[in-house]
Amino acid sequence: MVNSEASEVKIKAREVTVHYGEARALHGIDLDLNANEVTALIGPSGCGKSTFLRCINRMNDVIEGCRVGGAVSIDDQNIYSDEIDVVELRARVGMVFQKPNPFPKSIYDNVAYGPRIHGMAPSRAQLDAVVEASLKRAGLWEEVKDRLDAPGTGLSGGQQQRLCIARAIAVNPAIVLMDEPCSALDPIATAVIEELIEELRRDYTIVIVTHSMQQAARISQRTAYFHLGNLVEHGPTQAIFTKPENQQTEAYISGKIG
Amino acid sequence: MTDYSDPQYRAARLKKRYRAERRFRAYGLAAVLSAALILVFLLSSIIYSSLPAFSHHHVRLDIEVSSDYVSAEAPADGNYLGMVRAALRQQFPEVTARSDKRALYQILSIGAYDDIQKRVIADPSLIGSTMSLYVPLSDDIDLMLKGLIDRNLPESERIVSDRDLQFVDKLLSEERIRSQFAIALFTNGDSREPEMAGIRGALSGSLLTLVVTLIVSFPLGVLAAIYLEEVAPKNRFTALIEVNINNLAAVPSIVYGLLGLAVFINFFSMPRSAPLVGGLVLALMTLPTIIIATRAALSAIPPSIREAAMGVGASRFQVIMHHVLPLAMPGILTGTIIGLAQAAGETAPLLMIGMMAFIVDVPGDVTAKATVLPAQIYMWANNPERAFVARTSAGIVILLTLLLVVNATAIYFRRRFEKRW
Repeated sequence: MVNSEASEVKIKAREVTVHYGEARALHGIDLDLNANEVTALIGPSGCGKSTFLRCINRMNDVIEGCRVGGAVSIDDQNIYSDEIDVVELRARVGMVFQKPNPFPKSIYDNVAYGPRIHGMAPSRAQLDAVVEASLKRAGLWEEVKDRLDAPGTGLSGGQQQRLCIARAIAVNPAIVLMDEPCSALDPIATAVIEELIEELRRDYTIVIVTHSMQQAARISQRTAYFHLGNLVEHGPTQAIFTKPENQQTEAYISGKIG
Repeated sequence: MTDYSDPQYRAARLKKRYRAERRFRAYGLAAVLSAALILVFLLSSIIYSSLPAFSHHHVRLDIEVSSDYVSAEAPADGNYLGMVRAALRQQFPEVTARSDKRALYQILSIGAYDDIQKRVIADPSLIGSTMSLYVPLSDDIDLMLKGLIDRNLPESERIVSDRDLQFVDKLLSEERIRSQFAIALFTNGDSREPEMAGIRGALSGSLLTLVVTLIVSFPLGVLAAIYLEEVAPKNRFTALIEVNINNLAAVPSIVYGLLGLAVFINFFSMPRSAPLVGGLVLALMTLPTIIIATRAALSAIPPSIREAAMGVGASRFQVIMHHVLPLAMPGILTGTIIGLAQAAGETAPLLMIGMMAFIVDVPGDVTAKATVLPAQIYMWANNPERAFVARTSAGIVILLTLLLVVNATAIYFRRRFEKRW
């Protein structure tokens, strides 16, 4: 499933280091992520893959005592420079979390929240259109179109996660970050989300953290293997999974460590 | 060494465990029951002793509104007391001696002429007519008629003299006396005469004070809590503030009264005995409660909600206003109500700023002189007249009702906030 066509680089990480207080979580990561590809970040727990993911939309900023060094550029613009407004950045870089976390509001309001606060849909009709389009893209529309006023928290786990995806894409981001989006879901719901990710790839750049090797192999075009805060190896997914260059990578993929 | 595999040993242990659990349940139930029993006993004894205060015996008099006592030009200057006394004298033509007449007047309340005075001032055309009105009897006669003073005691041992008894018996036989709902309890301010003393002054004072307290402490407390919990950096200075706020919650309330006296009255020259100052003092006292409750409510909101909001690009302010605060609202309201209920029952700090005072007028605004319900109850309890016993209990019942209303409102609002999700 390797994307053979030459993709442009969307996200460029250079010498990214992250400290939590005194502890160093990432030791200088250099990584390029291509547009319209799914990049999977894999590695054992505590290896820094989620930390790296959260650098891309500066979600680490809110963690007490967390410092980020180096540079992350999106479209050749360093997002850690002073000119960047974090709020505006997060509208461009959507995020889906490990545990489905819909707002305790109606399904409609969940999806409409982002467009509302960014003033993207001034009229009710436009907002309705955005909500419908987002829910359709997330493959949830058919299931919820008759109960948009029902609370989002009343949906099943898989539906909630798709609602969160709809919420993230409603503000029309360029990049969608996913932090183990399927870890709380059963295999059927996981399959639905994976299909969705494949579908979303056409319009968005997707970075996904996953603990499932099979999932990484199924849905990603590129894979990056993290270990103890270092980027050990990265490349086309097929290459990583068939003939990894690094012994550590091979050990992890084949289930010897991790 | 005991052998655990021995079935007998295990059965014995199991039995022991079940016994311990049953015992524990019984202790808990006993605790709940005794608490409930004490509450029932307390409430029923207060309500029972307050009952006499809610009714009062009145006598029907045919009052001749003659121009001898009042002129149409200046109805406010009329001698209404004389008018009522003349009407009473009519019922007892045999009483002529000066001392007897004075004794006769004593069976009427001091406020017996209030009603007719109000009517005539409102409508001067009544002058010249005769009106049949129920006027209140004195507190001692009322107590005797309620059976709280035993008329069979020897005269020297009871307040009501034999002569008074004769007067009352005559009125009773003519069916001129009846018991009425004591509306004065709710419409009057304080008075030295128990039958004229009402709760309205203290109730208005309490409400005005609480309104000031709420207006000052709710926004201040919630904003301070939001700042400390969501915005402030975690450093030595904010840690110091936190410790201080927690300590303030434990400061004896009279200290706040001293502070209010020194700062609001002496330094800012605010009026004494005013609900404004009382409200400010109680607001200071309530602030730590609200801040602590609000912070607890805010920190109980799961971080996933904050992350979700930030993930779609909500600013810190939007995260708080759109998500955290609405979700924390039930908890914040609970804290506020606990604080307000505490403030409503407080007397010590108000003592220092002159709100423990005999004030007859019902306060109209927050700068008028006023007292509050608990202070009123305390002052009534100190009065020697026996009828104040029931008045005191009635005051407590009204204070409890006020607290109940405040709590019910809080529960209502909490439900509404919770329903939105």
